[in-house]
Order: sequence, then C-alpha cells, then structure tokens
Amino acid sequence: MTDTAATAPARPSRRLPPMSVLGPVLALIILIAVGAMLNPNFLSYANISNVLSRSAFIGIIAVGMTFVITAGGLDLSVGSMAAFIAGLMILVMNAALPSLGVGLPVILLGIATALVAGLVAGLINGLLITRAGIEAFIVTLGAMGIYRSLVTWLADGGTLSLAFELRTFYRPVYYGGIMGVSWPIIVFIAVVILGEIFMSRGVFGRHVAATGASLEVAHYSNVNTNRVRLITYVVLGLLVGVATIMYVPRLGSASSTTGLLWELEAIAAVIIGGTVLKGGFGRVWGTVIGVLILSLIENILNLTDLVSPYLNGAVQGVIIILAVILQREGKTGK
Amino acid sequence: MTPFLALDNVSKSFGPIEVLHGISLQLRAGEVHALIGENGAGKSTTMKILAGYQPATSGAIRLEGQAIAFPTMRAAEERGIVMIHQEFNLAEPLTVEQNMFLGRELRRGPFLRRAEMARQTRTQLDRVRCRAETDALVRDLSNSDKQMLEIAKALSREAKLLIMDEPTAVLTPNETEILFEQVRELRAQGAAVLFTSHKLDEVKAIADRVTIMRDGRVVHSGPASEMTEHQMAEAMVGRELSDLYPDRAVQASGAVVLRVRDLDVPGHASGIGLELHKGEILGIAGMVGSGRTEAMEGLCGLRPAKGHVEIDGQAVTIRRPSDALSRGLCYLTEDRKTRGLLLGKSMRENVTLQAIPRTAGVMIDRAAEEAVLDRAIADFDIRAGARSVKAGNLSGGNQQKLLLAKVMQSDPRILIVDEPTRGIDIGTKQQIYRFLRDLAGQGLSVIVVSSEMQELIGLCDRVMVMREGRITGQVTGQDINERAIVRLAMGLAEAETSPRREDAYHD
Repeated sequence: MTDTAATAPARPSRRLPPMSVLGPVLALIILIAVGAMLNPNFLSYANISNVLSRSAFIGIIAVGMTFVITAGGLDLSVGSMAAFIAGLMILVMNAALPSLGVGLPVILLGIATALVAGLVAGLINGLLITRAGIEAFIVTLGAMGIYRSLVTWLADGGTLSLAFELRTFYRPVYYGGIMGVSWPIIVFIAVVILGEIFMSRGVFGRHVAATGASLEVAHYSNVNTNRVRLITYVVLGLLVGVATIMYVPRLGSASSTTGLLWELEAIAAVIIGGTVLKGGFGRVWGTVIGVLILSLIENILNLTDLVSPYLNGAVQGVIIILAVILQREGKTGK
Repeated sequence: MTPFLALDNVSKSFGPIEVLHGISLQLRAGEVHALIGENGAGKSTTMKILAGYQPATSGAIRLEGQAIAFPTMRAAEERGIVMIHQEFNLAEPLTVEQNMFLGRELRRGPFLRRAEMARQTRTQLDRVRCRAETDALVRDLSNSDKQMLEIAKALSREAKLLIMDEPTAVLTPNETEILFEQVRELRAQGAAVLFTSHKLDEVKAIADRVTIMRDGRVVHSGPASEMTEHQMAEAMVGRELSDLYPDRAVQASGAVVLRVRDLDVPGHASGIGLELHKGEILGIAGMVGSGRTEAMEGLCGLRPAKGHVEIDGQAVTIRRPSDALSRGLCYLTEDRKTRGLLLGKSMRENVTLQAIPRTAGVMIDRAAEEAVLDRAIADFDIRAGARSVKAGNLSGGNQQKLLLAKVMQSDPRILIVDEPTRGIDIGTKQQIYRFLRDLAGQGLSVIVVSSEMQELIGLCDRVMVMREGRITGQVTGQDINERAIVRLAMGLAEAETSPRREDAYHD
C-alpha cells in the first residue's frame, strides 16, 4: 500500500523494543523484585546458586529445544531420554568400575556414553521425522514411552545407583566449580552463548528459522531442509546427554521418575521466551529468561508461605498462558 | 438509474497513512466494470471496502441509493455482494462439495443431505465446465480448478454484485473464456460485476466501463469502448509508455551453455530435450498443467528427475538445488507467496536467503547483508516505504522484484524464470522485461516459462511449446506468433522448425 514512496535508504530509528521483547524481561525483573521483597534470603549467594544449578539441566535442554521448535519441530522425548541416558551411564560406569577402578577414566567413559547415547537418540528421532516423514509429535511421543519404559526395565522397577566410591568421586561435577560458580552453571552459560550466537548470527540459525517459517520456500532457496531439521534433533539429543552428565552426580541414581515432565518444562521455557511454537522464529536468550522465570516461581513459592508450593504448577501454567497472550498483542500491534 | 452500489468520496487510512483519497465509483446492474491500476494503486483496498471486509475511514457507501455500512462481510453477502479473492478462500483439507456448501450446508434435521449437495455441486461445476470431482480434496486441485471452484461457489450464491480480484491470473486462455461467458450471462441476468486485471486485452474484451486508479485516486472513469489498451496503460502509469518489450538483441548465436536430453520428471514430463545458447532468451509455452514448471524444477534438482544434462559441454549430475546453483543454474519459482518469499520475514532476510554472505564460513556477515539489500533496492527499484517492512506487506510487483533480486544473489549464468510477471502491473512488467533482456545482453542465458502469449512473443528469441509433459515443437524469431504457439500447445500441429525433434519424440 505504501508503494508510491521509494524505499528510504536510512536505517530504522531506534525506538522502544516491542512487547514481545520487553515482556519476558519485565516479567523476570518483576519476579526478582517480588522474591527479594518477600524473603531477604532470596538474593543470597546460596539461593541464587542453588536456583541456577537446578535450572541448568532444563536450561541446557531448552536451548536445544529452541532450535527444534524454531525449525518447525517438537521433541517430547527429552525427559525420558535423559532418564534412560542416566540409567545407561550408571550401568556402564558400574560395570567398568572393577576393571578401571575409581578415577577419571571411568568418569570419561560415562561422559562418552552419555554423549553417544544422546547423539544416537537424537539421530533416530531426526531420521524418523525427516527421512521416514513421520510427524515429530508422533515420533517423539513414541520415543518418550520407549525410553521411559526402558529405564524402568533397566532398573527393574526400582532405582539404579552409582557405586558409592564413584559417587563421591563424581560429586564435584555438580557441587564443585570455579570461583564459586558451579559446573552446571558454567556449562549452561557456555551452551547459551554458543546457542545464541548460532541462532542470531549464524547461517545455521537463519536456515533453521527459514525452514520453520516455510519448508517450501526454504527448499526453493537451496536450504537443505531435511539436513537442517535432522541437525536440530541431533543437537538436542547431544545436549540432553550433556544435561545428564551434569545431573547424575547430583543424586547418583536414576529411576523411572528421573526427568519426569522435563520435556514440558523445556517447551514451556522456549515458548515463554518468545519462540513461536509453530516455528519460523526463535531466540535463545528468550529461552534462558523462560527457564529462569519458571525456576524462580518454584523457588519463591518454596521460600515464602504466601501460596502453597503445591500450587507451583498452577502459577507456572498461568505465567505460560499470560506470556503468550502478551506476546501476541505485541505482534498484532504493528 | 441508481447504481446498485456506489462509493461516494471514500477515503481510507491505515494508521496515519491515507491510502485512498476520495474515491467515487458507481457499479450498475447489468454492467461489467473493470478496475485497473498499478500494484499498490489501491484497487484491493477499494474492493475490500465495497465487499464489507474493511470499513471506510470517511465518505459514504450507498446501496441502491441508501447510505449503508456493512458491519461484516457476511452482512454484505446477505445483500447479494460476493467477493472472490486473489488468494483462494478455500478450506484445503475439505472436499470440493464441502467447500461449495461451507457454512450453508443443506440439512434434514441434524443430518446433512450429502447426495443433494453433491448433485448441486456437480451442476454448479458443470456450469463453469470444471471437471474436478465433487469428492476430490481441494488441496489436490490445480490452481485453475480452485479458481473455477471459487467462481462456481460465488455464482451459486445468486450474487447481485460479483467482485473479483484478478480472477484470470491463474487461468488459461481457454478457462478465461469460460469465465467470461459466465460473466456475460450474469450481466444479461442483470447482475453487476467488478473485476481487476492486469491483462488489458481482457478488460477491453469484457468490460463495459473502466475505472483507472493511480496512487489511491481515481484518475479516469468511463466507457471501456472509448479507450485503447495503450491509453489505459498510460493512464495507469501516468506517463508515456514506450514499447513494453525491450529491443531484441542481434540474433543470439553464442555457444550452447545448456544441453538437456531425455529429461524425465516422473508423473509430469518426459523426454524433454533442449539447447540454450549464451545470451539467449528461450521461452517455454504450454497450458497450465503441461509440465513446464515441473520439467524446469526437475532440471534444477528441486524435484526428482532423470536425464542427461550438460553445462558448458560438461555432463553434470543435478540431484539437489545446490548442485544446480554451484554450476550457475538457478530457478525462480512461479509461486512467490508460498515458494519464493518468507512473507513474515524482512526484506533483508529474504534477499540473502539463497546465498547468505558469510564470515568464517558459518557466521552471517550482517554488514554485507545490508549492502546487498541496499543494492537490491537500488538495482531493482523496490519500493517498500521502510527497509524493515515484511516481505508479505509488499505489493505483488515489489515482491516479484525482491524475488528476482534474491535469485540474482547466487550469480546465475543460466536463469530460469517461471511466470516472471504473474499478477503484476504493466510498469513493473516493463522493468522486469528490460532487466531480463539486459541479463541476456551481458551474456547470461535465460529461460522464460510463461502462460502469457504476448510476453513470450515480445520477449523471447525462441519459444518451445510443451503439451502433456512433452515438447511438441518450437518456433524461432519471425515465426513466433500466437497462432503457431497455440497450435503446438493444443497438439494441433506437428513441429516444423524444431531441429531437435528426435529429442521430443524419442522412444
């Protein structure tokens, strides 16, 4: 409609960012303010460190999920995949303990197991979706059931525990760190930085968004859409492996309830962060804010007795829906 | 006589920007009215106001003399005003019959009268001579069948005013004629018809009255018989129009850059053979559905195909688009909205998508991207208002220019353009023709696939014709005329001038 004027060469002037950008940031700031008012311990080093370490697992997975969703996909299997990988890791390390003894080699073997298992699991999901052409929802729903039941079977309905000596040796990976920052947080930050760079500045991120926006346009624009989608699932699988490496030393065990509902928390974090569920647009920094919002709600409810912690899920649910409504208004008001 | 529907000094603003300035328009019963103008002149907005899709900001809408405001499009429909959109308004996963009766299903109590609906659907489709099955899914229909279904649907509603936005853009000449017969019948029955078209010969052929818009204003309104096509075109662009088509270069006689033999695209085309010379513009004609697009997409690795392809005398294997692009072979799709552009993304992201400027191999070079967009806007005269505008908010002509700019980023040496001027105005067409001819002059080779006969005749050095997945012949230079092409396209003539007939008729 504005056809008559030639395109101005000038760059657009900087104005206040739209609600879709401002919303999640404001929500996080408000949450922090509320937390600090309600409980003086909220901003203490111990509490912040605890919240961040616990968010790191979901956070690492959610970064991978951001790519999958931006490319127009979905992965429901990550929670049970994490449980299965944890179980597998524990079994492998326990089995290798007699021959390798307590020490770095066993841990490295466990880490390698987790990474390979994650990569293979992601590859299977991705191949079924891109090569066999089955809906992502169906493939990953199936995988979710399979991994969940595999870990239950491996644990014979109970719990798989890491050998006691190993557990003590492995513990610092969750509880230790450098200069007071724990390892999970460091790894989370590294994953976020890499993810954000590739998403917003990388050719891959552009291809992911194009694939999610329109498979056809991307195909006609020389984007190998099958490969792009496959890579997103492989990367997510790999990140589930990384998250599990951080998670196992925390409890030193895996059971049928490990990683329960992680997939939904990760998806929720991605959506709160402003990534579009049907694909085409995603941002990693938003996902980080989404993860922090979800874990701060839980933390605040635990620290104060204003609302029962049992209502945590309800409050998170309200926040998720609210976030999406706010962002939609930000988009239509152009 | 009171007009059936009239706009009286109507203006329309989006936010602070006024896009229609005091439009007056009278639509009379028993009259076919053509609304023409360049892309972005305000035709679509005017139509939407008439059909109750959008309210006017100021001015009056009069239905049979009475000022009226349609609160919804449904209210307008109840008064007999039916609009057919340029983008199909069909539910793709439903059947033809379900679409025909969508929202006004025939029923007996709580049950649907399916047999009766199927029968009536058949009758309506037969009326426009559409052969689609009533139980076929709409998403499986060709574009022209979809258009015919839309038209049949509108006709079945006993419209008193039928508004059509570019109804013939996706129709073959034959289907266009069927549509016009229906329009004439409607006119005889006393209905008013308003349509837009970029094809001025059609306007001349069917319209009683023509209104010409430019920059949101009506610049002329009067009987169609009083104007020539040339005068219409000049009134649309507001300046003297020199020849629409650029001068042909001296007969192209460069080396063969592309040689194709026995190209098979399963289900669509077979035994395709062609040679393309340096600096040549080769046209490919044929009915919609003759396999032109599929053959070219197969050639460029966009869909599975088998065949022998040589580029610069070297045999090449092209399995995916990147194989074609790396050898300088590039295809511009006929479908800019669903295959060409990411409508929700900015111009910058669109223009570089096919060849993103990189640093360190994996990172996007943002400064280079901005520079690419600057150059594209200047070279292709893209008029967008703001740089940050989404591709979907550009007018058709500007989208097409953006798409051209996009494919040119991969530095093609052989460019295949499919329907390069579909649904765009005459001024932009002229720019695109000139651009393609310039490319040929610089030594590129161009293949133009088109349903527009005049375009092929005016632009191409040589035209090959396809019918039912095969090449039926070719015409060259002085022999390129409408009659020769139509005869080949209809399968009425054996090729006489083709030097490579054995390719088209191999075993």
